[in-house]
Parts: sequence; structure tokens; C-alpha cells
Amino acid sequence: MTATAAGPGDSRAAQLRQTWRDPPGLWGFLTTVDHKRIAARYIVTTLFLLFLAGMLAMDMRLQLSAPGLHRMDPQLYNESFSLHGSTMLFLVSVPVMEAMALWLVPLMLGQRNMAFPRLAAFSYWLYLGGVLMLWLPHAVNITPDLGWFEYPPLSGPAYSPGHRADIWAQMITFTEVAALAASVNVAMTILKLRPPGMTLAKMPLFLWAMLVASLMTIFALPAVMLATSMLIADRLVSTHFFSPSGGGDALLFQHLFWFFGHPEVYIIFVPAVGFVSAIVETFARRPIFGYAAMVLSVLAIGILAFGLWVHHMFAVGLPRLGNDFYTAASMTIALPAGIQIFCWIATIWGGRPRLATPMLWVIGFIITFVIGGLSGVMTASAPLDLQLTDTYFIVAHFHYVLVGGAIFPLLGAFCYWYPKATGRLMSEKLGTLAFALIVGGFNLGFFPMHILGLWGMPRRVYTYPAGMGWGTLNLVATIGSAVAVVGGLVFVANALWSFWYGRRVGADPWGGPTLEWAARSPPPPHNFDLVLCVDSLTPLWKKELTAFDGLALDRREMLVTTVMEAEPIYRQNSVGPSIWPLMSALAVTLLFVGSIFTPWALVWGAVPVAIALTFWFWPTRARASTGPLGRRR
Amino acid sequence: MSSPESPRIIGSLADLPDSARGAAHLVWWGNLGFMLIEGTGFVLAVGCYLFLSSASAAWPPAGDPLPSLWWSSIFTLALIASEIPNLWVKRRSGEHDAAAVRLGVLAMTAIGLILLFLRACEIAALQPSWHQDAYASVMWMLVILHSSHIVTDWGDTLVQALWLHTHQIGDDQFADVEDNCNYWTFVVVAWLPLYAVIYWLPRFA
Ligand code: HEM
Repeated sequence: MTATAAGPGDSRAAQLRQTWRDPPGLWGFLTTVDHKRIAARYIVTTLFLLFLAGMLAMDMRLQLSAPGLHRMDPQLYNESFSLHGSTMLFLVSVPVMEAMALWLVPLMLGQRNMAFPRLAAFSYWLYLGGVLMLWLPHAVNITPDLGWFEYPPLSGPAYSPGHRADIWAQMITFTEVAALAASVNVAMTILKLRPPGMTLAKMPLFLWAMLVASLMTIFALPAVMLATSMLIADRLVSTHFFSPSGGGDALLFQHLFWFFGHPEVYIIFVPAVGFVSAIVETFARRPIFGYAAMVLSVLAIGILAFGLWVHHMFAVGLPRLGNDFYTAASMTIALPAGIQIFCWIATIWGGRPRLATPMLWVIGFIITFVIGGLSGVMTASAPLDLQLTDTYFIVAHFHYVLVGGAIFPLLGAFCYWYPKATGRLMSEKLGTLAFALIVGGFNLGFFPMHILGLWGMPRRVYTYPAGMGWGTLNLVATIGSAVAVVGGLVFVANALWSFWYGRRVGADPWGGPTLEWAARSPPPPHNFDLVLCVDSLTPLWKKELTAFDGLALDRREMLVTTVMEAEPIYRQNSVGPSIWPLMSALAVTLLFVGSIFTPWALVWGAVPVAIALTFWFWPTRARASTGPLGRRR
Repeated sequence: MSSPESPRIIGSLADLPDSARGAAHLVWWGNLGFMLIEGTGFVLAVGCYLFLSSASAAWPPAGDPLPSLWWSSIFTLALIASEIPNLWVKRRSGEHDAAAVRLGVLAMTAIGLILLFLRACEIAALQPSWHQDAYASVMWMLVILHSSHIVTDWGDTLVQALWLHTHQIGDDQFADVEDNCNYWTFVVVAWLPLYAVIYWLPRFA
């Protein structure tokens, strides 16, 4: 957005660009605090890991395609699903949602950066540390092999010598600290950096979703960090948290783990609700139906998700009364999800829908997610859960929920905001082809697993005898997965091809209603020339946009507003590029890796961390002229 | 350039202040976010303690001594007392009193050092060792968890004192001092339930 033609607007834009741009070259790459650049590398990294973990999945599917195959041995199979599951959840699904928020939130708020720019950079570098923590040891054949949740006593010192379990536990620590840093940043940006007029009641649903997901992260993640730290302590300094012989209790690990693990599913799903709402609104070309109901249902999911944690504990025998309660709670979560689906359909129904690729993904999502939800309601009833737990029914269910409920909306979001990020449209033809292959292949691949599960095929087996009669459906499952993977490759090819050859577009190719569509495509380093004002949920669908000027041009400045009403309070100085987030992440990496081997790393490792953080936060101001340490002339 | 509408400018923000205090300030909220995370950590850690105690026939298990009250109580009293200078620094900082803030933050650094010493005495008196049984493990965990917060905040205060004595203090740094004071209050308040659980619960259970 600029003022018309030439004049003050252009020089303002040029000056701001100068103020907010990064240093050139590698130094700029390492020191940037531009939320768009950080988010972009976050997203690219997660997509690359999605590819790697997908390759592992294909390997497993090949192994299962016919009975009695021995191309993988049991150990390799164990490693494969552990690495696949851990990567998909901890290194792909959660971080990619954080990354989308880092990219979108400031743009949707009409802001120039996140509330804490260096924290965003730190979050990425630490996440990268987690990626390397898991995959570098894998390269030298030290791969965690106990699944994506490593229960003691199996993961304890007695049964898991060596460092496989430590690596898993420390990978969690890395990624959770990174996710916590990102979540605080996202939540506070949404609360304090809203544009004038964007009261809580005029906040786009995507921002509501990200706010709730961030708060859920803040409350859920400490549990798993505590659990993995206790596990490492048991393994390293012989504490007895989980060892019954010393009065500990292995169930404690499960409780802590699921206090995080259940909300985790919704931490992944809630941002997807935000994507879908944004896409539906734009492509139905009308404001979302039932805004208040949508906000309430997102909040309800946030709260219920914690209550649900014990439902994962059915199989370990909780008191009767508890069981009934949690069965009821698990079913209740279907209610807010149902309300959301109803509102989206009503919006599409009452609008003038357009079936571009982002919208196709929404439809694929709704269908797939409803199937996953139904199988979820089935397992939420405690008696049936006992029957089906640890069969392929569960594998089918959680892939429907995770892939259908999170990855499909994510791909839709990718297509939707791609032109904003690159200034070019993705090819609709290739996009439709990728959509058909992925959604079709996925359903072909995973639907049969429900039946396999009902027939009793257990999960986490590296092969099965021919006599069980599971061969045909497994072959179908493998073919379906292969089709989906080919679709994924088409999707990536489309993104790459369009980056150079896609049709160039302006600021708002889809006619979107929210502020990010008022910025240039791709947005300049400072995003917006002026501070835009908002007085409805769909500001860009009005005749005229209004704005404030008056933020500094020669310094990085942002507007801070009140939490409820978004009234301007003051102009906040925003920090520039710095190498110290990277240095701090390196220091923390040293500490985390060291603490696998010796508890003293917590002591000595803290010194470089303290030094790096001191440089990070050291304010640059004039020297004092008084006092014993002042500088006198 | 490529804008759907050119916005109409309806005013200027140039007259707004360039800093704020307390909950109006952005950094206050960041601080709150981290207190929420750590507070959740404390609550869950206490949850672990209670879970393990309820699973055990005797608490502390037979053969383990009751936790010693001497150093832990001295530490606790000193910790509570440190709130007096802490709140004073916070108030002076709100009034942008540079001399008082420089002095106060330095004093808080010294007080932190004393508290660290008292905490070290408390830890030296912790019985039995963490690898004895689950009771000892979880007791040590709570104490170490809390100690790490004291160490971090002490480090932060030390650096802040250094900076304040060598630089001209601006509005944002006064706000930082306030935030550091708030964080200290969090560390103090977080300890009280921990103290009750670690040292008194086994006496009544
Ligand atoms: C085309 C894509 C995918 C295929 C073919 C696939 C295939 C598989 C297979 C074969 C297993 C092992 C099942 C077993 O032996 O028990 C598995 C497990 C798993 N997958 Fe996927 N998967 C895909 C995508 C995803 C995605 C996108 C996610 C998450 C967002 C995911 C999360 C998991 C998890 C959490 C496990 C459980 C690991 C464990 O048992 O510890 N998968 N998947």
C-alpha cells in the first residue's frame, strides 16, 4: 500500500526500505530478524523434513506391501517408524504451524515485525539444532527406536543402554524450547501489536486460532520437557522417577507425556482451523458465517483438549468413574469441531464460491477430517478403545486426523498465501493434479487400514504371515501411499516452477479481505508504509482504507496498542539484525548435547549461554557521565 | 504501487510517547509469557511430587530422614525479606530515579549472592542423596528447579547492575528494571508452595 503515484509516498517507502533491510550476503542471512525470512527458512526446513519422513514411510510401506518380506529387519523397522513419527510430529507439524504464524501474524496485523524479533530468530536456530540432534546421529546409525513416545521402563537405563533414547529426549528439549519461544512471541504480538480499531471482536479467526494454539503450547509443552528431563536424569544420574524398584512410577511418565500429547494434536489442528476460515471467507466471497460461534468453539477446543489427556490412559486402567467422564469429554470435543464445520459449510453455501486450489484443499480437508473424526469418536468410547488400541485402526485414525486435519489445510494455506510471498501465482493445473493425487492416494492408502485394524492387524510390526489374509489390503495401502507421494512431488515441482515462471500478480490476487493483502507482493522489508486502521472483520472489502502516519522513517519503530480495544499507546523501538540469537542457540546446543554425557554440562555449559544472552540484550546507549564507572571528559 | 486502495491518512502517531510502563509496555507481556511457562513447570513438578507420594506407602519412605528445616527456613525467611528492597527498587524505577535504581540493583545483586549462599547450605543439608529413592529424586528436582531460577535471575541482575552503572538510563531500561523486579517476585512467590510441599508435607502426611 502506498500513497498515490509519486511524491511523499514513494520517498517514504524508499526510506523505510532502507531502514528495515538486512545487511547483504551471508552476514545478512545469519543476523536477520525479518520475520518473513525467518519464517521462510522455517517452512522450507519443515517441508524438507516432511519429504525425508515421507521417504521413510514409503520404505515401511514397501516392506508391508506383501506378507513375509524380509527386506527390513525388526530393528530397522522400529527405527523407521520411530524416526518417521518423531519427525512428523516434533519437526514438521508443530514447527510448520509456528512458522506460518511467524510469517502471517505481523502481515495480518499490518505490522512491521514480531513483538520480539530476535526471539523469532533464536527459535529457528534452536529448532534447527533439534533437527540435527535427531538426524545427524541417524546418519551414523544411532537412531531412536522406541516409537514417537518413548515410555519407560523401556527407555530407562536398564533396557536402553547407549544413547538412542537420550537423543530422542534431547531432540524434544530443543524443539520444545524453540516452540515455546515462538509461542510467547506469537501470543504477545497478537495481544499487543494489533492495528488501531482491531478490537478482540474484530480480530480475524486466523489470529484467534494462533492465539489459542500459542497459549495451549505455553501450558502443554512444559509437561513433556519435564518428562524428558526426568528421563535423562534417570539415565544419567540414577534418579528413580520412573523406576519402581526405587519407589518411582513409570506411569508418571505417561501422565506427563499425554498432558502434552493430547493437546498437541489440537495445537496442530487449531491453526488449521485458522487457515480454513481464511480461505473459506475469501473464496466464498462473504464474511464467515457465525464468527462468534467460531471463536467460542476454538476456545472450547483449547480448554477441552487438556481435559482429554486421561483418555489416552484408558488402556492402563484408571478408576471407573474417571473413564466415564473422559469418554464423555472426548465425545464433547466433536461438538465444537462440528460447529466449525457447520459454519464453514454455511459460509460456502451462502456465498459465491470459487473453486481455486486453496478451496479444493478445504473440501479435501472437510471430507477427510470427518472420516477421521468418526473413527475418533469410535475409539473415544472406552470399551472399544481397549479392543482397537495398538491396531492399524489407530494408525488409520491418527493419519486421517493429522494428514487430513492439518497437512491438507496447510497445503491449501500454502497455495493461498504463495502469491503474497512470491508475487506469483502457482499453476492451477499442476495444483489440481497434485490435489487429486494426494487426496486420492491418501484415501486409497489409509482407508483400508481401518479394515486391517478391525481384522486385528497390530501396529508396529515389521511383517506378517501370509495366512492372515492381510496381503491384498496392505498392497492397496502401499499403492495408495505411493500415489500420494507422487502427488507431493508434483506439489513441490509446482511451487518451484511457479517461483520463476508463475503469472505475476498484484497485492490482492484473490480479493482477500484481511490486511496482509494490502501489502505489496512480495512485501518489502518493512511490510507496510503506513499504520493501517481497521473497523470491521473484512477491512479490505470496504470502499476506503484509512491509516496513520508518524512512525519514524529512519529508525525501526512499531505501534503498541491496548490488549482489548487496540487503542494506540506508544511507539516501540524495534531491534535490528544481530548475530547473538544464533550465538545463543549455539551455546544452548552445546549445553543440551553435553548434558547427554555429563551433568556438569549444565554448569559449565551455562557460561557461554550467559555470555551470549548478555550480548543479545545489552542495550546500546550513551555512556554514563556520573558515578565511579561513568566516563568523564 | 499494487494496492487495491490507497489509504487515506487520518492522523499521525508522531505525538505518542516512545515508551511506556508496566502492563502497557510490550516487554512486560513477554516477561509474563515466560512466567506462565515456568509457573506451569513448577505446578507440574509439584504434581509429580504429589503423584509419587501418593503411590508410596510411607512418605518419606522408611529409612529416609525428614527434610531438615534449619537452612531451608533461614533461606525462606531471607528470600521473603528480599522482597522489601526489591519492591523499593521497582517503585524507584517507576519514578525514573536513576541514582536510587543504580544503588538498588547493585544491592539486589549482593542480596542475591547471600541467598545463593544460603541455598547452597540448604542443598548441602538435603538428605538422602537423589539416587537413594524416588522421594529423594523428586525432592532434589524441586530444589534444583527453583535454584536454577535464582541463579538465572541473579545473573540477569548482575548484568543489569553493570549496565546501569556505565550507561545513561533511558525509559526502556527503567522498564527493564521493573520487569526484572517482577520476575524476582515471581521467583519468591513460586518458592513458598515448594517450601511447604518439600519441608512440611512429609511432616503431616
Ligand atoms: C503419505 C504419507 C504417510 C505415510 C505413507 C505414512 C505411513 C506410516 C507408517 C507405515 C507408519 C508405521 C505404522 C506402524 O507400523 O505402526 C506410520 C506411523 C506414524 N505416522 Fe505416518 N505416514 C505418512 C504421513 C504422516 C504424517 C504427515 C504424519 C504427521 C503429521 C504422520 C505421523 C505418524 C506417526 C505419529 C506415526 C506413529 C509412529 C509410532 O508408532 O511411534 N505420518 N506412518
